[in-house]
Amino acid sequence: MERSVIDLWVGIFVALGIAALLFLALKAGNVDSIIKSEGYLVSAEFDNIGGLKAKAPVKSAGVIVGRVDNVSFSNQSLRAVVKLNLDKQFQFPKDSSASILTSGLLGDQFVGIDPGGALENLQDGDRVRITQSAIVLEKVIGQFLYGKMSEKNGD
Amino acid sequence: MIKTTDLIQISSLNFSYGESEIFQNLDVGFSAGKVTAIMGGSGSGKTTILKLIGGQVRPQKGRVICDSKVVNHMRHNELFAHRKTIGMLFQFGALFTDLNVFDNVAFPLREQTALPDAAIKDLVLLKLHAVGLRGASKLMPAELSGGMARRVALARAIALDPSLMLYDEPFTGLDPISTAITGNLIRTLNDTLGITSVFVTHDIKASFKVADEVVLLSRGCVTARGKPEDLMESTDPLVQQFVNGEVDGPVPFHVRSRSYREDLALVQSENLK
Amino acid sequence: MTLFKTMLSKLGRKTIDSLWTLGVASTFIFRVIARSSIVIRRPNLLVAEMHFAGVLSLVIIIVSGLFVGLVLGLQGYETLKRYGSTGAVGTLVALSLVRELGPVVSALLFASRAGSAITAEIGIMKTTEQLSAMEMMAVDPHARVIAPMFWGGVLSMPLLAAIFSAMGIIGGYLITVVVIGVDSGAFWSQMQASVDFHHDILNGVIKSVVFGTAVSAISVYEGYASVPTAEGVSKAVTRTVVTSALAVLALDFVLTAFMFTGAH
Repeated sequence: MERSVIDLWVGIFVALGIAALLFLALKAGNVDSIIKSEGYLVSAEFDNIGGLKAKAPVKSAGVIVGRVDNVSFSNQSLRAVVKLNLDKQFQFPKDSSASILTSGLLGDQFVGIDPGGALENLQDGDRVRITQSAIVLEKVIGQFLYGKMSEKNGD
Repeated sequence: MIKTTDLIQISSLNFSYGESEIFQNLDVGFSAGKVTAIMGGSGSGKTTILKLIGGQVRPQKGRVICDSKVVNHMRHNELFAHRKTIGMLFQFGALFTDLNVFDNVAFPLREQTALPDAAIKDLVLLKLHAVGLRGASKLMPAELSGGMARRVALARAIALDPSLMLYDEPFTGLDPISTAITGNLIRTLNDTLGITSVFVTHDIKASFKVADEVVLLSRGCVTARGKPEDLMESTDPLVQQFVNGEVDGPVPFHVRSRSYREDLALVQSENLK
Repeated sequence: MTLFKTMLSKLGRKTIDSLWTLGVASTFIFRVIARSSIVIRRPNLLVAEMHFAGVLSLVIIIVSGLFVGLVLGLQGYETLKRYGSTGAVGTLVALSLVRELGPVVSALLFASRAGSAITAEIGIMKTTEQLSAMEMMAVDPHARVIAPMFWGGVLSMPLLAAIFSAMGIIGGYLITVVVIGVDSGAFWSQMQASVDFHHDILNGVIKSVVFGTAVSAISVYEGYASVPTAEGVSKAVTRTVVTSALAVLALDFVLTAFMFTGAH
């Protein structure tokens, strides 16, 4: 084969490969996850975060507004400290609350934000005061059984 | 047997391929400006000498000196510079099968020089003309006969005008005409280019016609070194057996084995009775 | 007892031989990579090898990708039907391909087609003394022949894996949406919601680069180290395919454990 024909075919090959990659990235994948838009960090403390992991979604009204940046433990308050990376285009009042919810019944956990009514918005570095911990299944079952036992004993 | 007029000197050389020892304390030299034939039985190490000269293998002990430089001590860059002065013709040509005749001969020129295409074209045609194959420049190696392939390989080997030419069994497998052509080319190139040529062969008739000197190897050392006519008249039984093609002699016909009696089945069963 | 001892010593010998081969092969590959600057200086060598390894593998990759996608879609639909979640078939097809089947199957196909061709080419060049001739012309075969083949393989592999996955998704789409009648919107939207660019697609690309490097290295080494006879080359080609397959599957396990388990 002549040089130029080989060059042409390799060019086509590489173009096909890149097209396939683009197809996968755009059509099959989540477009938003590619572009890392600007975000601001707020922190929230929880008694129990359940199975919440870094990169879990942060949703408000069911729409993803950010990601969990990292999860750590505070030696002062002895509670879990979760850093939330919220997309800059979404602003929440200072008195908004954060709860740890489960998608579906047994799905992955995510952070839900319920907006408050304050006039000022959360800024980078602020803390979300009102939080609700994850519902730990064992505790619910334990409570249920305990409740049932008390009923019996009470009779 | 080393002379002061030798371009190549191999001294006190030990060489083995794994466990089999090929040379022990070998001393041999090749005269500058002359055509020398290395001859000997199969496995006597003839091709190994070519590889030692080209630095493709290294001896366990001893030195290979070419043009006052020690080949087996050379580092990578030095070795490659050394190889640029050598042209080697391999037994079956070793042409690059994906390139045509022209591109094969042009290969060393394109790789080692920065000459413009026009100059390369002229040089390639010059070399091909020297071996009589200028008209075959567009053919692919698969379309060439054995003899023609070797001639193209020869043109390729002289592309960079080497000062030393090495030939690995240049006559093996060729018809009488091609053999004569090849012998003629070796001689002519040596004389017109003023180079040194060393070739390895079994062919007594063809080599004695062409060579200035013959080196005969047997059992890992030099049995004889001299002009072809001197070897013809030599009284050494090893030389005689080789030159005259005798079936038995210092190189025995029978491979080492137990006595014939011991091996035969009938005799054995008799002994058991 | 002696039979057992013989077996053990043979096993020991094989292990030592394998380790020795690994060492020799690694040294060889490092040498090839060290002499690879030629690929930048003379890109047409690389292009020729990408044609040899990549372009000539395109047909088998595209056809196989399509068929794998068709089967995935079909099997996935049949299974999901039982749980009433046929809308998830898009996710199933996409994730299976992008994370695993794309990189792994295309690497296996690449080893069979391109890897064996590379080994055969280098082996034949060795047998016909072309590599020796090149050395004697003061041209280093590691740089001139081997390096472009190695990099040609490494660069072609991720592209082929991407094409395989893309064709697979198209195949899945064809069988489920066009033929069976799963909702097209559900197919794509569920897929897009669950396939993450960094976690899934990028990891898949990393896998294919790793596999490409392994397969190319094995192909190139087996060709170079082959016994210079027709039988030797044939055995080397077989070894390339078998060793590449084992290496790809083993590496896949390691990479999957590293990338896709809860550790990250």
